[in-house]
Amino acid sequence: MITIRFFAQIRELVGTSELTLEADGLTISQLLYQLAQRGDKWTMALKEKTVLCAANKQLVDYQYLINNGDEIAFFPPVTGG
Amino acid sequence: MLTKIEIGDHPLDINALNAWLNQSPQDGAVVTFVGKVRALETETISLYLEHYQGMTEKVLTHIVKQARERWSLNRVVVVHRVGEILANQSIVFVGVSSGHRHAAFAAAEFIMDILKNEAPFWKREKTVDGEYWVKAKDTDKASLAKWG
Repeated sequence: MITIRFFAQIRELVGTSELTLEADGLTISQLLYQLAQRGDKWTMALKEKTVLCAANKQLVDYQYLINNGDEIAFFPPVTGG
Repeated sequence: MLTKIEIGDHPLDINALNAWLNQSPQDGAVVTFVGKVRALETETISLYLEHYQGMTEKVLTHIVKQARERWSLNRVVVVHRVGEILANQSIVFVGVSSGHRHAAFAAAEFIMDILKNEAPFWKREKTVDGEYWVKAKDTDKASLAKWG
């Protein structure tokens, strides 16, 4: 099982801040594809190239291979400061 | 060498942060930057700052570590506010003390440039016309180029 967290407008679009599912062995790219099947809003929110991804609180690219127990997060480009 | 990194929802105490930075007699330079909520173009009422707790602290710690590898720095402070912040209030305080001004100026700018691109904060702006998420700026990305 992995935990997936969503932030900012991505969280608002998909309508949840967190979910857990089986995804170990998948790449981030494959996980994004799988999540996009959940509906139009998910497809819109989780487009490759626009969404940033962190694994265990560290930025990773779409080729990252997910391990059991990972905390994966999806969020838009950051706007702090 | 001391580092202070804080994320909180209370107003920034700029005087206290300045006092903390100015305690070392061997430092010839102290440079600080304060980022504020602007209220010009779109009649901003307030900003709501969301962040990814845990990752934010990790990223800021790494940015300060990178700055210390590039320049000889003594005290470094990064304080970022989250939650609701009213127009004209401070959002972020970055301060650096060093033996000489070049290192202090460069490190303060470096820390802000990387923070703007990598620290997981998101701004939601409340204006007289409604609320919306602030878009990331290309100029912030471009400012990374000077650091290689």
